[in-house]
Amino acid sequence: MNETLLLAILTIITAATPLVFAAIGELVVEKSGVLNLGVEGMMLVGAVSSFTAVHVTGSATLGVFAGMLAGVMLASIFAFLTLNLQSSQVATGLALTIFGIGVSALIGQPLIGVAYEGLPKIQVPLLSEIPVIGRLFFGHDILVYCSIVLVIAVSWFLSRTRAGLILRAVGDSHDAAHALGYPVIRVRYMATLFGGACAGLAGAYLSMAYAPMWVENMSAGRGWIALALVVFASWQPSRVLFGAYLFGGISILQLHAQASGTINIPSQLMSMLPYLATIIVLVLISRDHGRIRRNAPASIGKAFHPTT
Amino acid sequence: MISLQPRAMPSKLMGYLAPLIALGLTLLSGLVLFALLGVPVGEAFHAFFIEPISTPYGLSELGVKATPLILIGVGLSIGFRAQVWNIGAEGQLILGGIFGGAVALYFYEVDAWYVLPLMLIAGVIGGMLWAAIPALLKTHFNANEILTSLMLTYVAGLLLSFLVHGALRDPDGFNFPESRLFHDAALLPIVMEGTRLHIGAVVALFVVVAGWVLLSRTMLGFALKVNGAAPRAGAYAGFSQKRLIWFSLLLTGGLAGLAGLIEVAGPIGQLQPTISPGYGFTAIIVAFLGRLHPIGVLFAGLIMALSYLGGESAQITLNLPVAVTGVFQGLLLFFLLAADVLINFKIVRKVRRQL
Repeated sequence: MNETLLLAILTIITAATPLVFAAIGELVVEKSGVLNLGVEGMMLVGAVSSFTAVHVTGSATLGVFAGMLAGVMLASIFAFLTLNLQSSQVATGLALTIFGIGVSALIGQPLIGVAYEGLPKIQVPLLSEIPVIGRLFFGHDILVYCSIVLVIAVSWFLSRTRAGLILRAVGDSHDAAHALGYPVIRVRYMATLFGGACAGLAGAYLSMAYAPMWVENMSAGRGWIALALVVFASWQPSRVLFGAYLFGGISILQLHAQASGTINIPSQLMSMLPYLATIIVLVLISRDHGRIRRNAPASIGKAFHPTT
Repeated sequence: MISLQPRAMPSKLMGYLAPLIALGLTLLSGLVLFALLGVPVGEAFHAFFIEPISTPYGLSELGVKATPLILIGVGLSIGFRAQVWNIGAEGQLILGGIFGGAVALYFYEVDAWYVLPLMLIAGVIGGMLWAAIPALLKTHFNANEILTSLMLTYVAGLLLSFLVHGALRDPDGFNFPESRLFHDAALLPIVMEGTRLHIGAVVALFVVVAGWVLLSRTMLGFALKVNGAAPRAGAYAGFSQKRLIWFSLLLTGGLAGLAGLIEVAGPIGQLQPTISPGYGFTAIIVAFLGRLHPIGVLFAGLIMALSYLGGESAQITLNLPVAVTGVFQGLLLFFLLAADVLINFKIVRKVRRQL
């Protein structure tokens, strides 16, 4: 296999991984009937928190956990406002993003220009040395494997477990679920916090592995792309994986095209590609009303106030 | 234990009180934030909230910053009422700047009265065109306008960067990514001698009144409110959902485009890679803080403008990072959303029933 092609595929994997984390987390949140538009904000705070932790302690593990914790903290603000105080989910999600952008910029001020060598890659003896295949499947950082396992786990959880069934019931009809005695608010809390942890992890991956540094607003809309990916995937976990790799591919290919200089298109126009692709994909999926109605959680975005 | 009990009717009083409660809580947490950052609380408070508006020049700057926020805020508050979530106003602002700026550069050194009106029209059209994309995608393909309008904001930023690096770059500017400085006939007239307060502030006041009339005195405004509050009732009454989506997006887009033109032909005076410190996003907070009401938006716009000025002033005098502004803005919206619970619910102490 061609060396540059192999390198391109390897970078596609690192570009797709944060999208996988963020989108699979939001998928679970939406399946429980909650629409959290604050993914971008949670990612940014996750990114800056994990980078701070790594910078201070030198431990990558602590960095990853700091990112997840930060995501959970932001998500808990969202959960409290929307689930306890019945605020509008759309408005609160936007507030979370605005707040996250501000907080991350404030925390990250002293970190600009600080260098980090990046997450260590796992080298499997013998296997990693097989030409091409070894580098394609072995020798990534641990989070890449985690992201794949997470998608499989979520898919199994939603379709094969009782808890997953309850979560989907809550998302499809909170009144019926409540009447059956399921704790609607608690289920939605847990789903929202899980989504926060995933978004924080996505941010951690950005600042620790994808581009090991901190830059203001470094997620550059990936949180929003993750939201679009959930629609693209028609709320099915396996399709999230496919979508994330497709988008990772688009963003890396345009970068390679810019760098190689073979295509004579100004860099700004090439950089528009991932955003334009998101719009096109959304349009293609959403135009099929029936498909959205069949797959979208029926109670998504609606407030729930128990009457008894 | 305390719990929430739904009110029979939404409380009007709380609707007005909630923004004040939110502002108070934001100020309080601001003091905590200053203490955490290790700056003298009193000094920081003074630098952030008092100093910027303690001089006539400071007050005029407040007007300069509030103008785009109010223009976009009025548009958003009308759209949000109809549940049309255009959050890409920042992109529409940029397109307004590009269109209006391109006209100014095309008529460079042409000293004629018609230059400014043409720029104004071009700016509005630019913003409307950019907002027409999510409107078309929503009405014809059911695509979520939140995501499409936001994605277009990133595209707009890249488009502006592309243009000032290329076609619209100053030919004598030593390759700096900036356009020529607009000539006098393409700059907004100043309304207060010795300041930067321009005619755009007057336009914003006019838009506030027009928005208020539209919402409270016209059938269209009524249709917007009904469709937002009860879409099925709106459909039954024969208000076309599609028409309202188009109207809301084009209105906000046009006003955002106007705000963009006003920025480039007012305080900036040329096209640069960045022409807005996030006015399009802050205007979302302005709309909510102003209770989705044009008059409320006027006051909310002034308050949020102060947060920008305060951030700049605190950076100069206390060396605080500008990002503090963003934190305040986010906190304010959180507190506002939390305080809004009081509109529809009463807080009651739950007494455990004895058997």
